[in-house]
Amino acid sequence: MTNSEKYHNAFVTALEVTPAQAPDLVYGKSNAWDSVGHMTLIAALEDAFDIMMEMDDIIDLSSFEKGKEILRKYDVEI
Amino acid sequence: MMWKFEGFRDNTAVIDEHGQQLSYAELRHEGRMLCQQADGRCLVFCLCQNVLGSFLGYTAFLNGGVVPAMLPADMDPALFSALYEAYKPKYVWAPKAFDLEDGCLRYERFGYRLFQTPFGDATRLAPDLALLLTTSGSTGSPKFVRQSYQNIRANTDSIVTYLSLTQSERPITTLPMHYTYGLSILNSHLDVGATILLTNQGIAQKAFWTFFQKLGATSFGGVPYTYEMLDRMRFFRMDLPTLTTMTQAGGKLLPELHRKYVEWCQKTGRQFIVMYGQCEATARMAYLPWEQSLAKIGAMGIAIPGGAFELIDEEGNLITAPHVTGELRYRGPNVTLGYASTGDDLRKGDEFGGVLHTGDMAQVDEDGYYTIVGRKKRFLKLFGNRVNLDEVERMLKSQFPTADVACAGRDDRLTLFATDEAALPQMRAWLAEKTGLHSSGFVPCLIPAIPKNDAGKTLYQELEKYND
Repeated sequence: MTNSEKYHNAFVTALEVTPAQAPDLVYGKSNAWDSVGHMTLIAALEDAFDIMMEMDDIIDLSSFEKGKEILRKYDVEI
Repeated sequence: MMWKFEGFRDNTAVIDEHGQQLSYAELRHEGRMLCQQADGRCLVFCLCQNVLGSFLGYTAFLNGGVVPAMLPADMDPALFSALYEAYKPKYVWAPKAFDLEDGCLRYERFGYRLFQTPFGDATRLAPDLALLLTTSGSTGSPKFVRQSYQNIRANTDSIVTYLSLTQSERPITTLPMHYTYGLSILNSHLDVGATILLTNQGIAQKAFWTFFQKLGATSFGGVPYTYEMLDRMRFFRMDLPTLTTMTQAGGKLLPELHRKYVEWCQKTGRQFIVMYGQCEATARMAYLPWEQSLAKIGAMGIAIPGGAFELIDEEGNLITAPHVTGELRYRGPNVTLGYASTGDDLRKGDEFGGVLHTGDMAQVDEDGYYTIVGRKKRFLKLFGNRVNLDEVERMLKSQFPTADVACAGRDDRLTLFATDEAALPQMRAWLAEKTGLHSSGFVPCLIPAIPKNDAGKTLYQELEKYND
């Protein structure tokens, strides 16, 4: 699986959305991505890329696009 | 009148995340303006968010003798309609985006609107009725808890005393206003002239922490899920020099996590205060003094000033020996009037008579500290052995920290719900070994997700459908 697929997958499984919905998601704007979903998503991303995110990054990860930018800090290129 | 705002005229009562603020004198004035529109004692539905309009509505109505029913602003429209028809409020106080079809706009302030409904004074109110809240567990039922002015006053006094609150406090909102624990934080801090930091952002959002640091929050409250989340967010590494106190209620924190927070707080000169309460007791019944926190990990503490606990066995007798499980009963002036399920019930007086059967099973130790062991209705008999579903769940969560798991059941069968197919048989085998009960009593059930509410509490009602 490519990084891009792993990343996409993490959103789909953690937030229980369709693959088509994932790229438009923004934290707090849908029931799928609430605080419970957020922590599931963080755990899924950490598992998928074998990283430990800093708190500042966890709270900054507020959209599908933003997440890609944050993961770059952990040497993960999406 | 609930609060005497004129005692702190120049203190700042509230600051929101957009920088808007009100002094106590301004809050008093704004409250009077709003209450004038409501024109006398009546029922108002308040659609709550942690924003200035909602805050103004709550304080104005409670102080002005108008009875607010506190509801979440994102409430399901069908459920709102059911409550609206059942209780026939005279007004609805709601965010601008909310549209009340048969309502007539009477007033607008801070992004909130007051609508007059066609019901007029259809609903009559008992003289001491102050506030209506939905019970935290029940979603979908039109049941309210009826709280009196005396209930709120008594509970506020107790909380101010045991937390030693002063006007220099700056609590930041982490809990909604339609939730009794969130309200108790507002009630007690407004009583001492402190400054409420009001934000609708959640703890997993950056804007929350920016606001926290910029305004120098001194305390916040959280349910167990809040603290589980903070732990996973590497909270202990954050730089929060102004934070002095964290309180926890709304369910039992895992003992390991309780210890982790207490140890961190002691090391950094802060207080971590575990508390216990229910909406039926206005908010609070007990607290664990922070000095005792480490010695009494897992306990919820002692009764608040003015309250008292008793433990009752299955035959209805008082339990006096320590470490014996019984149902927890509470007495105190904060025990609410009772429930309501229709508008007519709002005329009723006190039905609980100052005694609350909590529905929680508990034990007391030699020093008089109480520990909750589970909900009364969450006990099963498995092969003749009493099994506590909450305890089983806690055991599983400690042993399998990464697994999402829930236990439910009926009579003599425990259903083990989990989302991890590989872990499920391991959990079942481990449980059989730990409890010494045959594994046939534990029925595994793989589900895509454990249903939870906004606060991260498992919705056991939704697991019921798998039980047949």
